[in-house]
Amino acid sequence: MISAPDVVAFTREEELEDELCSEPPLPEEYSVPLFPFASHGANPWAKVASSKFTRDFILISEFSEQVGPQPLLTIPDDAKVSGTFDLNYFSLRIMSVDYQASFVGHPPGSAYPKLNFVEDSKVVLGDSKEGAFAYVHHLTLYDLEARGFVRPFCMAYISADEHKIMQQFQELSAEFSKASECLKTGNRKAFANELEKKLKDLDYTRTVLHNETEIQKKANDKGYYTTQAIEKANELASVEKSIIEHQDLLKQIRSYPYRKLKGSDFHPYEPECVLDQANAGCDQDLATSDLAEPGETHLYAHVPSYTPKLIKAKSAKCFDKKLKTLEELCDIYFFSQTLDQLHQIERTFRGDVCYLLTDQISRALLKQQSVTNFLFEDVSFLDEKTSEKRHRGCQGFSQDAVDRKGSEESPAPKVVISLGSYKSSVECVPIKMEQEIEDSQEPKMTESVTFEHQENLDYLDADIKGSISSGESIEVLGTEKSASGLTKSESQASLPVSPSPQAGRSKVGSRRTVSEDSIEVLSTCPSESLIPEDFKASYPSAINEEPYVDDEEGGLRFTPKLNPDNADEQEDISKQENLVQVDSACCIGKESPSFLEPLPDLGQKPCDEDGVVRIPPQPYRQVEPGLRGSFGGFPSHDGISGGLLPYELDSRYLAGSREVSKNSLDECSDSTSYISSAASTCSDRTPSPAHPACQAAERHKKKAGQNALRFIRQYPFAHPAIYSLLSGRTLIVLGEEEAIVKKLVTALSIFVPNCGVYTKPVKHWVTFPLHVVDFQKWKLIGLQRMVSPGGVNVLHALSRYSRYVSILDADSKTLRCPLYKGTLVSRLADHRTQIKRGSTYYMHVQSILTQLCAKAFLFTFCHHLHLPISEREPEESVVNRRMNFLKLQLGLANEDVKIVQYLAELLKLQYIQEPGQGVNPLLRFDYVPSFLYKI
Amino acid sequence: KSSVQTIGEEQIQNPYTELLVLKGHQDIVRFLVQIDDCRFASAGDDGIIFLWNAQTGEKLFELHGHTHKITAIAPFSSSDASEEKNNLILTASADRTVIVWDCTSGRQVQKVSCFHSTVKCLTVLQRLDVWLSGGSDLCVWNRKLDLLCKTSHLTDAGISALVELPKNCVAAAVGKELIIFRLIPSNDESEGWSVLEVKRLVDHQDNILSLVSVNDLTFVTGSHMGELIVWDALDWTKQASECNFWDSSVHPDVQPEIKLSQSPNETSVQHLTSDEECVFAAVGKGIYVYNLQMKRVIACQRTAHDSSVLHIEKLPNRQLISCSEDGSVRIWELREKQQLPAEPVPTGFFNMWGFGRANKQANQAAKKMQENPPVYFLELVGDLIGHSSAVQMFLYFGELGLATCSADHLIILWKDGERESRLRSLTLFQKLAQNGDLQPKF
Repeated sequence: MISAPDVVAFTREEELEDELCSEPPLPEEYSVPLFPFASHGANPWAKVASSKFTRDFILISEFSEQVGPQPLLTIPDDAKVSGTFDLNYFSLRIMSVDYQASFVGHPPGSAYPKLNFVEDSKVVLGDSKEGAFAYVHHLTLYDLEARGFVRPFCMAYISADEHKIMQQFQELSAEFSKASECLKTGNRKAFANELEKKLKDLDYTRTVLHNETEIQKKANDKGYYTTQAIEKANELASVEKSIIEHQDLLKQIRSYPYRKLKGSDFHPYEPECVLDQANAGCDQDLATSDLAEPGETHLYAHVPSYTPKLIKAKSAKCFDKKLKTLEELCDIYFFSQTLDQLHQIERTFRGDVCYLLTDQISRALLKQQSVTNFLFEDVSFLDEKTSEKRHRGCQGFSQDAVDRKGSEESPAPKVVISLGSYKSSVECVPIKMEQEIEDSQEPKMTESVTFEHQENLDYLDADIKGSISSGESIEVLGTEKSASGLTKSESQASLPVSPSPQAGRSKVGSRRTVSEDSIEVLSTCPSESLIPEDFKASYPSAINEEPYVDDEEGGLRFTPKLNPDNADEQEDISKQENLVQVDSACCIGKESPSFLEPLPDLGQKPCDEDGVVRIPPQPYRQVEPGLRGSFGGFPSHDGISGGLLPYELDSRYLAGSREVSKNSLDECSDSTSYISSAASTCSDRTPSPAHPACQAAERHKKKAGQNALRFIRQYPFAHPAIYSLLSGRTLIVLGEEEAIVKKLVTALSIFVPNCGVYTKPVKHWVTFPLHVVDFQKWKLIGLQRMVSPGGVNVLHALSRYSRYVSILDADSKTLRCPLYKGTLVSRLADHRTQIKRGSTYYMHVQSILTQLCAKAFLFTFCHHLHLPISEREPEESVVNRRMNFLKLQLGLANEDVKIVQYLAELLKLQYIQEPGQGVNPLLRFDYVPSFLYKI
Repeated sequence: KSSVQTIGEEQIQNPYTELLVLKGHQDIVRFLVQIDDCRFASAGDDGIIFLWNAQTGEKLFELHGHTHKITAIAPFSSSDASEEKNNLILTASADRTVIVWDCTSGRQVQKVSCFHSTVKCLTVLQRLDVWLSGGSDLCVWNRKLDLLCKTSHLTDAGISALVELPKNCVAAAVGKELIIFRLIPSNDESEGWSVLEVKRLVDHQDNILSLVSVNDLTFVTGSHMGELIVWDALDWTKQASECNFWDSSVHPDVQPEIKLSQSPNETSVQHLTSDEECVFAAVGKGIYVYNLQMKRVIACQRTAHDSSVLHIEKLPNRQLISCSEDGSVRIWELREKQQLPAEPVPTGFFNMWGFGRANKQANQAAKKMQENPPVYFLELVGDLIGHSSAVQMFLYFGELGLATCSADHLIILWKDGERESRLRSLTLFQKLAQNGDLQPKF
């Protein structure tokens, strides 16, 4: 994975300068950019030392009204993780960038305290001094005893690898939003609970006071009120008021604007169910009830047992009381859910970013191959709607956008800022209209958005470098809204500046004295409803309206992620937001504030410039759904070059790279790569699939790969055995010992093509005589060899059906199966392979199988290979054409033809299968002689 | 160790390279009957009748109505072309009922339960639009399931087979006897028939197991003892008989142990089928081809299977399929022997092959032919192994393939893999066109 950086890392600044002086300068596009930190130490990994923690972790902090910012807990909860890293200091940093700025309390003109349902804000920040980069997710929890009823919290994903934070922003944001949503739901529940108790207290207090006044009244016969009586009356009045206030609060918290996510998967922490239960518990749907049960019982178990207390007129001093802990603030069920989720997030994102990217890209590509991906991939985890999940986190914004009425009235002044000064905002509007049209393609688009986004972030890295080299400790990492610039010139279009905060900052710079700080806010996407007026203009609109670069021009399009039900409003809003965006985009350059280096016009940075595996964040070209779409992204060439192909083809890309050199990308282009590789040296390297569900699968793959590697090294007849599997002939592993047989089956299972989406035709261990039905169902079977009479039957059945099966005898190490003379399997399973690790081998197998799938796909979907061109064409000529294609075009030799034919047959079956109706499993076989192989 | 011919794993001529297992029955499946071009029904000891699509293997209907095992099944399609194709099937069961089913709706049309004994055979006389049920007596029914007439009680054993003969006659096998009945229209105008016993033929020494009509002039019977008698269908006289298929003394090349182990079971004529020239008999484990013209066995395979052959059928392409209790289905081809020593050989022929060699072969053949020279021989072309128990019956669907039913409760559809693959491609491209994926998109 390390290639170019080696070279770059050891180039000395002086040497390079000398060279440049003495020799005629290389064309700039060929010059090797300087390693920017050369002065800090020759070792590019030295930077790592500055980060005081060993691996990524999640930090939860609170801005306590009593003691200020304080760290609450880290995930993983291990002192070693944070090491010498100053959590207190970092808490201060991350809490100081909270743009959430919620208004809770008495808004002017309102009689009662108003609860605002605040959207979380998401910020990326970096601290070069600490060597820490963080995704920071601010959220507010309600606490009756807190000032303004709110307690600001934040969750931060802290990593030494800024690259990871930037590239995984979307994912992080989505995941953290889910966790936050869960936490907040629990909190609302707890808050409602607390309010109920408080109301009971107040009610009780009122009765007591009332009684007292009555008594006093009776005792008082003088006709005028004593001061005592007046005091009591006042107290009573204030209790009455307090009751009304609290009732109002309770009403508010219960009427929390739930997200009705259309067609969304069920989430255990779905707000509505909980609150429904809190309300009446009547219209909960069945699916939710059982999961929400713990919460429910909790609620009802506690309420009746509560004995109201008398509330003193004078409450304790706020510093005397102990604030509730996070656990106390949240319903326990939801709290543990949240912690689970956070742990999951940590697990998911740990390790090097390249794992994450590769995983995401391969999954995206696989998803594209809707026709063939079932063959060798575990489609079940592809089905998990990652994309959906991804925008769920963001959906809040679009939803919220609907809710927010006030802001709709006020966009005008903001637009004014930029109108005139730069591109007219009108230009962008028509383009953005496309969202309507593209709505139908939404699911597919999502993926591309992510990539685009990553790409954009990628450029941003370059921006940062600029600032890094400037010696400042402030680092602007970027913003979600990065590529919102909508300009005609390509360089501008691809320029992924973070205009929004700047624009904002230019106005409110005085308010937030960020420039003096060693930490800078990099991006925000806060809740629109609560943005201070002057901030709004610069705020990026909903995250989900991430712009991506238009294929044709350098323009931008919007990926619509509309909710069908509020499409209309959405449109309005997006229009309105368009204006906002343009305006922010237009601030580029003009505004570049003092603390920012003028952003170099980087354009698109070619991937290889900074050596480390940087294929990923490529402009992912969306292909049409259907045939082309399903295979569009398929690298059809051998080797890894396929992955780079899109780059090469992308003219924009080339242009971009030229741009890069022109705009003096200069000495800093390598910093990102070095950082990421540096990070990888210290952080936990375990590959972390983005999906929790497939972590086990990942382990399994590793094991299977290892076993397979052992198998091909151990058995000289591995090739015919694998051929049997690939050509759909059931392979039976016969043996006395279950463990050995199962191991072999696991090893070989990676070569078994799936027959359908839901069935993996592998049976690890069977003890009964096999029947023809079994061969239909399973393509790889582990069979017990028994000495008992029953065993005779088993063997008898085997010999009877020998024409359908290949038999691998694990005990005597023999194989009985048809001859294989092809070339494909030898590439797949070379016993002299240099591959050492199971997971690597697994990937190797997968890549070759993917290639095979491509061939099968081509073969299956070439019309003339199967059907006559003209009516009169005889069948033989079609057959000839077919064989020619297989042999010449696809380069298949001998038995390899059968493999592709078998795969093609599976593809056909899968494709023509009527939905809802299972494939009738059929058994295809050949009448071919078998041979016995011995070691 | 076994004298059964084996073919090995390489079977170039065997077209069946794909199979589909149809599951549904819970007991032995004994009957398969074709309904139309692409549908068939299966029935067996579980009393359930299934309708299947022979192309896709899709289960169309599951007909429940009988409480005991099915003893006979017959298709009963409407005779006149005018009305829409209305396919019915008749099923008789050991619960002494006969049910008429509608194959298009999968419903029970009518049920007759006035039988005194189990109906063992059903025959439809399409020409007269009546159907006959044979048990301990013979009943004649019309389409509306009115009993038109019936014979007196014949025997407790009952009629085991029925076959339609010309001139409104039917032949019924009752034990060792063959009884000819004639249907006579009633005198009154109402559509009614009376049935009259015309003749009893007692030529068989043992129970008649199989009865098949060859053409309008001939029908054939086979008995448990291995007698095969060819009858004239018009005057019911014996035209020819063969009763020593099994007699290995006639065939010198048969090993002695086979002879020793011979029991009546091994010589019984289990099933007969015929084309215009020949009668094909499943006798014990063997298959015999009897030529009607030559009035002798022209080819045989004495141990075609490991155990009794239960069903044989002649395919149009000179092929013969047999299934057996040993669970296998075999495909045979009737081939002509090259040299016929009895015939004068044209000289040109010898020149072509080289005289000496041909002569040698001829001599060899001649030696063999001396006693009972078969002109043809049956060559094993392929075998189908799938069932784990006796294959009771099979149904040849031509291009669509072959359906076999077995005591292992399964039905297997054997298909030509090449053809299926092609059909799937066709479907695929049709579906592509339907989805509009074939048009290039930009």
